[in-house]
Amino acid sequence: MATRKPSDGSPRSTSRRNTPASSPSAPAGVRDAVIVGGNRIPFSRAGKKYADASNQEMFTAALEGLVARYGLQGERIGEVVGGAVLKHSRDFNLVRESVLGSSLSPQTPAFDLQQACATGLEAAITVANKIRLGQIESGIAGGTDTISDAPVAVSEGLRRALLDASHAKTLQARLKAFAKIRPSDLKPLTPATDEPRTGLSMGEHQAITTARWGISRAAQDEVALASHQHLAAAWDAGFFDDLVTPFRGLTRDDNLRADTSLEKLAKLKPVFGRGLAEPAEPTMTAGNSTPLTDGASAVLLSSAAWAAERDLPVLARLVDAETAAVDFVHGHDGLLMAPVHAVPRLLARNGLTLEDFDFFEIHEAFASTVLTTLAAWEDADYCKTELGLDAPLGSVDREKLNVNGSSLAAGHPFAATGGRILATAAKLVAAKAAETGKPARALISICAAGGLGATAVVESV
Amino acid sequence: MTDSYTKAVNSGFTKTLAKKLGLPRPAILRRFRAGDPLTVGPVLVVSDEASTRDADTLAQALLGWGLDVRRQPTDDTRWGAVLLVLTETQRPTDVSAAVLATGSVLRRLATNGRVVTVSRAAADGDAPALAAARNGVDGFLRSLAKELRSGATGNGIVLTDGADVGSTSVLATLRFFLSARSAYVDGQLLPVGPADAAAPADWDRPLAGKVAVVTGAARGIGAAIAKTLARDGATVVCVDVPAAGEGLARTANAVGGTTLQLDVTSEDAGRRILEHARTRHGGLDIVVHNAGILRDKLLANMKPAQWDAVIAVNLEAQLRINDQLLGLDGGEGVDGLRIVSLASTSGIAGNKGQTNYGYSKAGVIGHTRATAPLVAARGGTANAVAPGFIETDMTSSIPFATREVARRLNSLQQGGQPVDVAEAIVFLAAPASAGVNGQVLRVCGQNLVGR
Repeated sequence: MATRKPSDGSPRSTSRRNTPASSPSAPAGVRDAVIVGGNRIPFSRAGKKYADASNQEMFTAALEGLVARYGLQGERIGEVVGGAVLKHSRDFNLVRESVLGSSLSPQTPAFDLQQACATGLEAAITVANKIRLGQIESGIAGGTDTISDAPVAVSEGLRRALLDASHAKTLQARLKAFAKIRPSDLKPLTPATDEPRTGLSMGEHQAITTARWGISRAAQDEVALASHQHLAAAWDAGFFDDLVTPFRGLTRDDNLRADTSLEKLAKLKPVFGRGLAEPAEPTMTAGNSTPLTDGASAVLLSSAAWAAERDLPVLARLVDAETAAVDFVHGHDGLLMAPVHAVPRLLARNGLTLEDFDFFEIHEAFASTVLTTLAAWEDADYCKTELGLDAPLGSVDREKLNVNGSSLAAGHPFAATGGRILATAAKLVAAKAAETGKPARALISICAAGGLGATAVVESV
Repeated sequence: MTDSYTKAVNSGFTKTLAKKLGLPRPAILRRFRAGDPLTVGPVLVVSDEASTRDADTLAQALLGWGLDVRRQPTDDTRWGAVLLVLTETQRPTDVSAAVLATGSVLRRLATNGRVVTVSRAAADGDAPALAAARNGVDGFLRSLAKELRSGATGNGIVLTDGADVGSTSVLATLRFFLSARSAYVDGQLLPVGPADAAAPADWDRPLAGKVAVVTGAARGIGAAIAKTLARDGATVVCVDVPAAGEGLARTANAVGGTTLQLDVTSEDAGRRILEHARTRHGGLDIVVHNAGILRDKLLANMKPAQWDAVIAVNLEAQLRINDQLLGLDGGEGVDGLRIVSLASTSGIAGNKGQTNYGYSKAGVIGHTRATAPLVAARGGTANAVAPGFIETDMTSSIPFATREVARRLNSLQQGGQPVDVAEAIVFLAAPASAGVNGQVLRVCGQNLVGR
């Protein structure tokens, strides 16, 4: 289908120095997918402002704010793609139902997609690819997640009994089915974010990785502090005035602690990695790990022509993307290390190095995820043996990293994070390009459960 | 959203009871609906002898709108409106016959009927008798409006600077006063000057093709303004502070407009509004300064923040935005801009506990008059609308007794609706209203306080 040469899976050296001022345009037969803008609702810590808001309500609100900002009322969008990580079975058509509840044309098709915490970015990649191939002119990508309104399932015993009873044809058979229920079966099953294959929570997995890379508590707390300070400054500067629409009376991300400090962060007790074998000190706290959060986000993408016809602004283009997965089950690699593998392949395919980027948006699942990612790219041995590179991928200039804050401060409603980051990155490169008169570029990296990761390159137009 | 007392005295047993007890019975006001007739019945056109030619001109215009126009007062009909033309009156004694002819049909004026006077403003250099005759209309109309019942209103058009009675602006004003759009405008005399303006292709969509910005559009009167502008054909940019974005999105999606989350007090608010309107909608024709806040406090207890916030939002923001939109800040600005600002009867009559608000709203009236010639130089107008008691979330929070008194203290014995304010704004923003400039139009049901 695609005319692009597939990646050969063995990245070339990225030590090249003469990088182009602008990434090559889309390959022949493929056109640019541009990012018009984004909208999200403020993110809220689980059980607070959005305690009784459903995924559908939140995603509809995110869509409605986007529709209002860009005057899309009654518009038939090519495709709306999004999803939720924690999803009720009744929400099988979550995105389509949200579209029907929005001001978009009811003739707008939609589908649900899910790739754990990479859902939002994967949705954008999917939409962008459809646009690039000319299958659609416009698309909205996004995601929503609620911990507060998470589905609660019944136990396997009760579920089996209920299904048997519903299939039973006689009263006797029905009673027989119910008779199998044991008191212990009545306990509800709440969703867990534990890895099904290891039984370990994401935090425990990351604690292993953190210890393996020797990431200090102080370094993690510094990342967390920077996240809060950067996000607070961005809010104060009005950066989110055209990226966020309030919802249910919440006007800012309520996890944001503008007044936090290294001293306050240092006082928090470690919550992950307490069971690690000596000499590993547990370092991961509630302060340098993302909280459970509710929220939703949406990003409007289109062909350049579609945006021009409607006098819509264009912030950036989604140049390319790469996903990866790691074998964390057998302990070969850390659960959240997949983006570390995806980025070198992405850069090689586009003839870029880390130095060609003005911004790095690395999802802060945990402060240590960011730090292990950076450490791995600087590690000659890891880059050689795991990534197949001749030399270390390079260093990320910390001044360019998550400059307007990230998930540690904003919170992380799983599927909504991709949309938040993509819209932020697009606005950042647009502003930078307007300021300098030169193209600006951002690298996005999002780790996900299941040893997955999604990465993308965004460039100003 | 008629108040429950008004509902009660207009239906069923409570209506009979109220009649028997002689209780005040505020009427259910007729409001604009596309397709409804312009007036509720035939229009009587009367004039003094000297003004017959002008009366003929206006009668012809009314016929052109498909109205049933009569020139003789008869008692065989329920009159929809009386048009009293006194444009060429020379002496006070001239008006007698026409005024009494008007009086002879008032008992047969239909519910929601209209009386409209057309006269000329007294000007410097007028002979004393001429000035008396012209100024007399003012006191006559205001008194007559207080005598009208059953939702009928009385308003006047006052021609200034030799404005032609058949000009588009005069006709647009006449049409507004005759129609249900002016339901809550009562006892007002609106000066109309000479201006070049084209009549709209469709009087029901006078803003077709126009781009309008409304500040404070998230809810209440601002949301009603956005909806009414859109109903009449405008593309609406809805502006409010970022924190009000949820309601703002609702408004924009209801009117098919766009949102611009923006604090009007920010330094570059005007430039950002202009940039949004230009890049997204191809230009800017109308700006409605509706954003406003209340920080009520007796002056003796007033904190600096309470005073300063009200002045910043209600007054300074309008001044700064106007400067930027009109290019008075050194920028390029726009031509032909229609500016409509929200003043308030508090800025005219004053209100206890509202020294800050009253200052800001009287300030709006001041800058509107001063801006008028500046914007006229670029083909635009600047006007203000001063609402009286309007039924909104804000007024519904006033304690019951105070609210009930405030609501009834006007000739129509009821509060107005947000849409009543919006209708006045749409009228002032329409291209045909070019002759109305630097004016303050009250939408107050002829409130007993102030003019």
